[in-house]
Amino acid sequence: MENNYIPVADPGTSQIAPEEKSRTPFQLALGRFLKNKMAVASVFILFIIVSAVMAAPLLTDQDPTKSNLLLVEQSPSAEHPLGTDSSGRDNFARLLYGGRISLIVGFSAMVFTLAIGVVLGAIAGYYGKLVDAFIMRFADMILILPFLVLVLVIVAILNKVTIGIFVTIIALTSWPGLTRIVRGTFLSLREQEFVLGAKAIGATDLRIIFKHFIPNAIGPIVVNATLMMASYIIVESALSFIGFGIPQPTPTWGNMISEAQSIRILQNNPEAWIPPGLAILVTVLCINFIGDGLRDALDPKSLER
Amino acid sequence: MYKYIIRRILIFIPMLFALTIIVFALLKAAPGDPFSQILDPDIEAGVLDEQRAAAGFNDPIHVQYINWLTSAVKGDFGDSFRYKGREVTEVIMDRIPNTVYLGLFSLLITIIVAIPIGIYSARHPYSLFDYAATGFGFFGLAVPNFFFGLVIIYLFAIQLGWFPSQGSISSTSLTGMELFTDRIHHLILPGLTLGLASTASYMRYMRSEVLNVLSSDYIRTARAKGMSERNILYKHTLRNAMIPIITLFGFEIGSLLAGAIITEGVFNYPGLGTLFLSSIGNRDYPVIMAIAFLLGLFILVGNLIADILYSIVDPRIRYD
Repeated sequence: MENNYIPVADPGTSQIAPEEKSRTPFQLALGRFLKNKMAVASVFILFIIVSAVMAAPLLTDQDPTKSNLLLVEQSPSAEHPLGTDSSGRDNFARLLYGGRISLIVGFSAMVFTLAIGVVLGAIAGYYGKLVDAFIMRFADMILILPFLVLVLVIVAILNKVTIGIFVTIIALTSWPGLTRIVRGTFLSLREQEFVLGAKAIGATDLRIIFKHFIPNAIGPIVVNATLMMASYIIVESALSFIGFGIPQPTPTWGNMISEAQSIRILQNNPEAWIPPGLAILVTVLCINFIGDGLRDALDPKSLER
Repeated sequence: MYKYIIRRILIFIPMLFALTIIVFALLKAAPGDPFSQILDPDIEAGVLDEQRAAAGFNDPIHVQYINWLTSAVKGDFGDSFRYKGREVTEVIMDRIPNTVYLGLFSLLITIIVAIPIGIYSARHPYSLFDYAATGFGFFGLAVPNFFFGLVIIYLFAIQLGWFPSQGSISSTSLTGMELFTDRIHHLILPGLTLGLASTASYMRYMRSEVLNVLSSDYIRTARAKGMSERNILYKHTLRNAMIPIITLFGFEIGSLLAGAIITEGVFNYPGLGTLFLSSIGNRDYPVIMAIAFLLGLFILVGNLIADILYSIVDPRIRYD
């Protein structure tokens, strides 16, 4: 019966496995993340995109904001690999420099939202009671209107939008989702005994929040931050596309696609608006895959994988 | 269950008040009022101020809010700045049917496409078809809908010439059946664009729900007693798998409406979304705020109906 064959330990090797150095949670998570092929490939592709937009001055010597009204809506040529837009600006340079703005807007809006969302969520979840009720009702109020509608109304009131204002509007209108998550985690952590222990040895509130609570909530925070950045890149491009985002001539991927609102460019110059669209698509796909990878990797319940 | 429904309706009321407060606050934050649009040089400076006072613009803020609220309840949101002399309600009412058609049509596409694919994927997990569907799901959630709209305009309207790229009807003289088919013809591209993201997400939900149900004990029992796969699917699996999907429609109404704003912009489709965008462009604040209020109201009601439906189809749910 071959199935019942019991392997006999090879006398040459030790019966006890060599003492393995215990791995930190971070190393375990990294190991799980590296096993996710899509996520690793996405990190690689995103790295290429980020390098390309950061190295923009090396890859093109054109100025992305300089108009040349004698050379509008040109087809691709050696000098302008993706042609020129309706104001005679070089599309290839705008694709690279626009990527910078789109990624920077997405990233800084994410960091700003993260700051507001985590701080308010931490306060609400840690102190509970009246503070909690106040913050969460405020969050509910912001969540009543769809994010896009609220942003558009504020843009309409402000009349003038710069990159800084844009990032601020996004952060001030989109923190409630993250706050809810952080608050939920904190509320459950608050009741655990190690908190009592920490308080008993005289730990301050700040120390408990930063040393004990945030590390415990880091998984959902990181995953949500990643996915938020992807959605902010889409929001920036959508608002710029309909003309209420970052104003021209600043290049962004959304601004480049908005050129295609002219049926002439849509029809005759697909090389002007398809590349920025694909750039958004690929960037967002990569960030989403990385987010999914992080979700699996940072989930403490998936210790086996 | 009734207790839950009543409590749920009771939560709806403060939310509705919160919505009116937000919209009123935004309206007050907006620069200008109906009188600042009057630029007739013959009017003396003092007259406008008197009229402002008469119209209640100098009243304490809570009085202004109550006045605004009482007229809003009656459906009076004032006059549009842009469409001279026309009431906001009238301007909006003109556009609502088109947006409703677009929303329903894209919902129809979503249901027809997402549910069968989700079921098939769940019944054949990790097959080639399932991988293709999952890939499409990732794509559908990552592609900006305005870019997808432009691509299908480029392919199907410009290159192939199958569908119109703009508007909701080709001529106002059409009637009856011709008008109906013409409308559908104009709805296909925007409907696909608006439906893409929700199709992708419903597909994923449907797949995971069906997979979940198929692995449960009562399905194994049904198989063990020799029930046909067909009956297992239609009588036992779908009934349970559809519960969360049906209620999802209520919760998705917000993203559907937000998506409609951009989609209508891309296709120049004369609905609420294009009215909202052009009003923002014109700083026509009464119209902007009325639409924002209306969208918020749709969402609150959608969530309310979804919650109530959920408590009816799934009696285990409790409010706490």
